[in-house]
Amino acid sequence: MREEKGMTATQPVAGPGIEASEQPGVTGATSGGVMAGGRKPGGDTRETLYFALRNPKVVIGAVVVLGFLLVGLIGPAFLRFAPMDYAGPPMAPPSADFPFGTTTFGQDVFAQFVAGLRSTFLVGLLGGGVSAVIGMAIGFVAGYRGGLIDELLNMLTNVVLVIPGFVVLIIINAYLGVRSVPMQALYIGVFSWPWVARAVRAQTLSLRTRDFIDLAKLSGVGVGTILRREVAPNMYSYLFMTFVLLFGGSILTAASLDFIGLGPTNAMSLGLMMNQAVQWSALHLGLWWWFIPPGLGITLIVGSLYIMNVGLDEVFNPKLREM
Amino acid sequence: MRGYLARKTLVYGVTFVVAVTLNWLIPRLMPGDPVQRMVARAAVQHPETIASMTEYYERTFGLDLPIWQQYLNYWAALFRGDLGTSVWLFPTPVSQVVLDAVPYTLGIMIPAILLSFVVGNSVGAMAARSRWLDNVALPVGYLITAMPYMWLAILLAWGFGVALGWFPVAGGYDFGLVPQWSWSFAGDLLQHWVLPFLSLFLVSLGGWAIGMRNLIIYELESDYANYLAALGAPRRLIRQYAFRNAMLPQITGLALQLGTILGGALVTEIVFAYPGLGKLVLSAIQNQDFFLLQGTLLFVVIGVLLANFVIDIVYVLVDPRTRTGLTGGTA
Repeated sequence: MREEKGMTATQPVAGPGIEASEQPGVTGATSGGVMAGGRKPGGDTRETLYFALRNPKVVIGAVVVLGFLLVGLIGPAFLRFAPMDYAGPPMAPPSADFPFGTTTFGQDVFAQFVAGLRSTFLVGLLGGGVSAVIGMAIGFVAGYRGGLIDELLNMLTNVVLVIPGFVVLIIINAYLGVRSVPMQALYIGVFSWPWVARAVRAQTLSLRTRDFIDLAKLSGVGVGTILRREVAPNMYSYLFMTFVLLFGGSILTAASLDFIGLGPTNAMSLGLMMNQAVQWSALHLGLWWWFIPPGLGITLIVGSLYIMNVGLDEVFNPKLREM
Repeated sequence: MRGYLARKTLVYGVTFVVAVTLNWLIPRLMPGDPVQRMVARAAVQHPETIASMTEYYERTFGLDLPIWQQYLNYWAALFRGDLGTSVWLFPTPVSQVVLDAVPYTLGIMIPAILLSFVVGNSVGAMAARSRWLDNVALPVGYLITAMPYMWLAILLAWGFGVALGWFPVAGGYDFGLVPQWSWSFAGDLLQHWVLPFLSLFLVSLGGWAIGMRNLIIYELESDYANYLAALGAPRRLIRQYAFRNAMLPQITGLALQLGTILGGALVTEIVFAYPGLGKLVLSAIQNQDFFLLQGTLLFVVIGVLLANFVIDIVYVLVDPRTRTGLTGGTA
């Protein structure tokens, strides 16, 4: 249960219960990742895979996410129209020619959806990646070094945690402009790392005093090597699950930004589709095929990621498997 | 307790300074001459307005002054409550525009946050260790949590507003009415309030339910719960203790979620054209009214910090460990 509690995200980034890993009662039991501490990294890959493939939550979640990814990757090859082309009759309901219908301007909603999926996955991957890297780096260093560095990094983490990141993103996007999806992902990543840093720091603190770390220190290797070779491998499962949550969080944040018209200017995205649908009164005209697919796509992708995470928790943490 | 609150206050103080500094700094990172760009972006034709705007921007930004003096002037203006003048609603001061919109945002946010917190936590507590409820509540909770705020808002507006016609879908009150203290206006206000509130309430609900469910299950496995059970304590009592312990991380979670919920409130308002801060942000962006945008967002930041502080005080009240200077409530 521990892992799941620590990792369950509410809306975008952090979730209730993430703090729990720092509650006195919980620290003893940190996570599945740390519990597996004694084992050699990589040695149990096959075992992990074995349990993962037999966990319905992991399988269903992964199938849905990979399905959408596949549509985004190979879909464009089968499309006859570009997302912004005036392809057919305006406001046409779904038909054989236009599986998701057309917009008020006769644009192909399915073409937009496919292009939007690509941006969605890209923003999730990059945004989640950036915040995971920053969060881990700060968490590892703060937890391992301790002392003044820890105090400073902790202060930084708390400050970024309290600042409403969405608000700062609005200011940045409005003033500096965001032209591409990677740029947007970078900005999102820079403001969503704090809870990762806190969780990683707490775990590093508990790992720091173990014997094998002392041994590594005695052998004279540097701090970076110890963190990379001794500390990180014991948290791989935890870090992977963190990344999955960050991935989903970035997608939701990007959708909100796109929706208020602060998205990338050179790409189609699912949030932008909803923005245009609302702007051109698709609601009042009853063009449900315009605004249902983008939101449903995001919900299914992010929801599947969350459910997959619950399943992964059971895979990585053997104690949960019997339940 | 004093140490705990002092530490928190320090964090909030530093955060406030950082937020204000970012708000001051980011416009200055804009490429090109910001004054010219902003005047050009405002797209006003009236030469008098352009002249007064150029002069106003130059005076406010004080670009001929050394950089540190610009920064100090910014702070001085802030403490006078001077957030500039809205370009969009020209001679109205930004602070006035923002203060007019705040009640609408608080009106949907506060009930939605409190109610979703209470209901979500109760549902989560019930779902824990109740197999059929758990099997329903968990997947539904995850899906609701994964919904983009504006999509649920769009669905509600379309379903209950356009298709069924039960509720109005746009505005804070009927466009034919003038705001006044009367029953008919209050009723109209309430009708317009229902859908934005419901939308925000529903999205927040799932997260609390899942969080509470997971925490309760964890608490029920702990030593004190096993000990109580061994003593033969009634199940109800054990669950009550588990619930009280699980509330603490949930309260901290509430503080952490505020910024996100607020972002959700902003986009929800935009869908319903609800006259709160979200609508203001959108209008400011569409009209390139940067003073209004910055003023609104600064207000939002201050609001989030204050709310965080209130939650910290609540935490001190519910967690006795923070009062006696023991651990608990880390940073």
